[in-house]
Amino acid sequence: MNEIIKLSAADLAAKLRDGSVTSTQAVQAHLDRIAAVDGGDRGVHAFLHLNAEEALAVAAEVDAIRAAGGPEAEALHPLAGVPIAIKDLIVTKGQPTTAGSKFLEGWMSPYDATVIEKIRAAKLPMLGKTNLDEFAMGSSTEHSAYGDTRNPWDLDRIPGGSGGGSAAAVAAFEAPLALGTDTGGSIRQPGAVTGTVGVKPTYGGVSRYGAIAMASSLDQIGPVTRTVRDSALLHELIGGHDPKDSTSIDQPVAELAAAAEQGATGDLTGVRIGVIRELQGEGYDAGVQARFDESLQLLRSAGAEIVEVSCPNFEYALNAYYLIMPSEVSSNLAKFDGVRYGNRVLPAEGPMTIERVMGATRAAGFGDEVKRRIILGTYALSAGYYDAYYGSAQKVRTLIQRDFEAAFAQADVLVSPTSPVVAFPLGSKLDDPLAMYLNDVATIPANLAGIPGITVPGGLSENLPVGIQFLAPAHEDARLYRAGAALEKLLEDQWGGPLINQAPELAESSKEGVA
Amino acid sequence: MAHATEELVDFDEALDRYDPALGFEVHVELNTATKMFSDAPNAFGDVPNTNVTPVDLGLPGVLPVVNKKAVEYSIKIGLALNCQIAEYCRFARKNYFYPDTPKNFQTSQYDEPIAFDGWLDIELSDGEVFHVEIERAHMEEDAGKLTHMGTSGRIQGADFSLVDYNRAGVPLVEIVTKPILGAGKRAPELAKAYVAAIREIVKNLDVSDAKMERGNVRCDANVSLMPKGTTTLGTRTETKNVNSLRAVEHAVRFEIERHAAVLDSGEKIVQETRHWHEDTRTTTSGRPKSDADDYRYFPEPDLVPIVTTKEWIEELRAQLPEPLAERRKRLQADWGYADAEFRDVVNAGFLDAIEETIAAGASPAVARKWWMGEISRLAKNADVEPLDLGVTPATIIELNSLIEAKKINDKIARQVLEYVVAGEGRPTEIVEKRSLAVVNDDSALGAAIDDAMAAMPDVVAKIKDGKVQAIGALIGPVMKATRGQADAGRVREIVLEKLGVEG
Repeated sequence: MNEIIKLSAADLAAKLRDGSVTSTQAVQAHLDRIAAVDGGDRGVHAFLHLNAEEALAVAAEVDAIRAAGGPEAEALHPLAGVPIAIKDLIVTKGQPTTAGSKFLEGWMSPYDATVIEKIRAAKLPMLGKTNLDEFAMGSSTEHSAYGDTRNPWDLDRIPGGSGGGSAAAVAAFEAPLALGTDTGGSIRQPGAVTGTVGVKPTYGGVSRYGAIAMASSLDQIGPVTRTVRDSALLHELIGGHDPKDSTSIDQPVAELAAAAEQGATGDLTGVRIGVIRELQGEGYDAGVQARFDESLQLLRSAGAEIVEVSCPNFEYALNAYYLIMPSEVSSNLAKFDGVRYGNRVLPAEGPMTIERVMGATRAAGFGDEVKRRIILGTYALSAGYYDAYYGSAQKVRTLIQRDFEAAFAQADVLVSPTSPVVAFPLGSKLDDPLAMYLNDVATIPANLAGIPGITVPGGLSENLPVGIQFLAPAHEDARLYRAGAALEKLLEDQWGGPLINQAPELAESSKEGVA
Repeated sequence: MAHATEELVDFDEALDRYDPALGFEVHVELNTATKMFSDAPNAFGDVPNTNVTPVDLGLPGVLPVVNKKAVEYSIKIGLALNCQIAEYCRFARKNYFYPDTPKNFQTSQYDEPIAFDGWLDIELSDGEVFHVEIERAHMEEDAGKLTHMGTSGRIQGADFSLVDYNRAGVPLVEIVTKPILGAGKRAPELAKAYVAAIREIVKNLDVSDAKMERGNVRCDANVSLMPKGTTTLGTRTETKNVNSLRAVEHAVRFEIERHAAVLDSGEKIVQETRHWHEDTRTTTSGRPKSDADDYRYFPEPDLVPIVTTKEWIEELRAQLPEPLAERRKRLQADWGYADAEFRDVVNAGFLDAIEETIAAGASPAVARKWWMGEISRLAKNADVEPLDLGVTPATIIELNSLIEAKKINDKIARQVLEYVVAGEGRPTEIVEKRSLAVVNDDSALGAAIDDAMAAMPDVVAKIKDGKVQAIGALIGPVMKATRGQADAGRVREIVLEKLGVEG
């Protein structure tokens, strides 16, 4: 394996800066890795589209600027030349954007998402677009219309979802950085089950403009990486106010990388860490619970004060989420009717009215999980049911926010397992939506409250990664990086290196590459 | 399917037995530079689908951003309608599938309007005032424009439809009244006067171009009847898109006559929307509308709430133009019109037109003469709104200066105006082209006068005897001989001269 691909983004960036590696070499190394492990029947299948030509062109541009030196070279973003993969829910000019749906197969966005504009401005070569559950609806990436993504730790297991493609790409060393989106855990849960790092920023911390909306009040774009520091660097790049997103926070991005560096000293003296009573125990795998308990010991040994907090209304979080999210889904996905874009499907027989064309288009274009949520949401918003369902769910949301407020009065950050279980076998929960939904029980409260969360690798159970989640008050994303980096450092000291080094070597699955 | 002919009851008879209740939903398109939720230009008449951004097309991933100017304009409308302004309000999504709505939901305020609980006093032609209560004025976005290709012109039976999203997202304010009771037989007049008042207010505020023919102001008119002596509102119908002042008046009148016939026959009014047909001045059945129409409204999660501060509202209030009542007082004083003259001008809806004409250089008397006289007469003959004839202040000024220069007389000027309205060009061009200039050539005139005098020796004798007013009898034949192009004053001078009589 080419050593370049094992580097963290920060380390690769340093090598690009000192000239020991060129961006072209870095991009080519990752393209080679993708060609080796992503395609074929037993490939990871993290990518839906490869953007090799443009990525190499951007890399060459960065290399030329560096070679020329001078002010332009000095003005380069610290991550310039470091390749990145993009979840295929985020629109990109020049590359197709499918949202994992047949409906958008072949659709090319005429505009870039705000985060993509920032990535272009910083000159990060984009390797391509990664797989996801259709319109980000799922916890296993099995709801993609373009096939399953496999977990690099065990190719017969799910990589989590919806951002299984981004997490698997990073875990399989196909990219050092990726973008994800997190509505109920779609960055953090895949991070947990692939042994990688993922962050859901404070709601409004990163512009949503150009992320195809699933549930507007919950969605957030965030970093997917192998190290806490890399997440901080990427978060600083993509964060900040965007006039195109009314819900984006009108404040500069905090010093996140600095917080990660502070955490990496492994000292948490004076930091109060709250253990959420409701997010452990019953329903959590014994192995997950064991790794979580060990992490708590390490945090305590690093000087943190561990306190127990109670969030009694979390009991209703999943229920509230599965009313609010589908309600917004039912409205957000109404635009996919085949009138202006996407794959129009005509009714096989009968009159050719606009209603019937829209109906046939949506029947053919959406998968079952998407349809399930649209129907659920349509019902929840209907006259006569609105108060009982959507209205009640919004009240629960307020109660959960209050639970967090009370908890953060006692603690600077909260901690829990990210996912109650490790990666499960592909296909094992496909016929049981409720079992699938339970994967997000620990991640959903943060989305409902709009607060930030991070997952960091916490060790293995049954030879599969376990994730530890930290949560912080809104706007206090920096605390996540300090706590996350500290735990990362403490654990890596025990392991003798990153957890990902314990992942099995991937066999070359195919020379075919992907589409 | 609509009935070809509806049973109607005579208007006066209908209102002998029933009391009408009216209600109006007036949509006002704001004239902001950009759209409600995007930075696409808000412009009328451009090439279809050019004033669009990804937001207006509802492309995947886009987000709306509220146009602050549109909010300010809406607040100004609210203030001018004596409304309360919400300290906090939100947009909602009104969900329904229709291809003129790119997102398949309309972003509109629902139960949290920016302005509410206002009122407006509407003065009718004889000075009677009706107090109309405004329930709310809320912000929303316009839909795109569909053109159905096929013989029917409607979506049903169309071969295909074309859509222009230039209008999609244009900012609208919808002004909704509370039920208006007690108008009786004046209901159609009140309807017209109310919509005229709204149009005048938004024009005065300069928040809308207020051109009804362009759809800048659109009215949905609700009508119901209840038997006299009862107080429970009857079932209403909503006649959609009644887009001229006269049409509003006619639609209300028609619906009253139709409702009465249905109720008289013991049947029930179907709660529905009605289509207005300008050609036949009738309405036909649209789609059933019930209060249970389920639009699955919920607060728009992509927008943050609008919060208004006292300071902001007072700043906007300070920017409001002179209120209309005060403006009227001022204009009447400036123009020197008598009360009755001024009321006629107001009732005819000519305040702005006359103000513009005077501003363009006409005297108040000349402006009033043309608008109240010939322009109104032409409009009446053509059965259109006087303002829709397209007569500009420049035309009036030009006609008047032609008269003052004695190039044409009043009678010819009226003819010229007809030709202007018919699209023949500017007055001067028409006078030239049609050789309408007054005959000032005394030799030609003299010949015509000689002929007339020769034909009427008795008249000549009377004039010679000092009965100068007898000249009138000669003027007719002279005019006839010169095809009306003679100047009557000059004819008189020449006759007196020829006969050696002092005038």
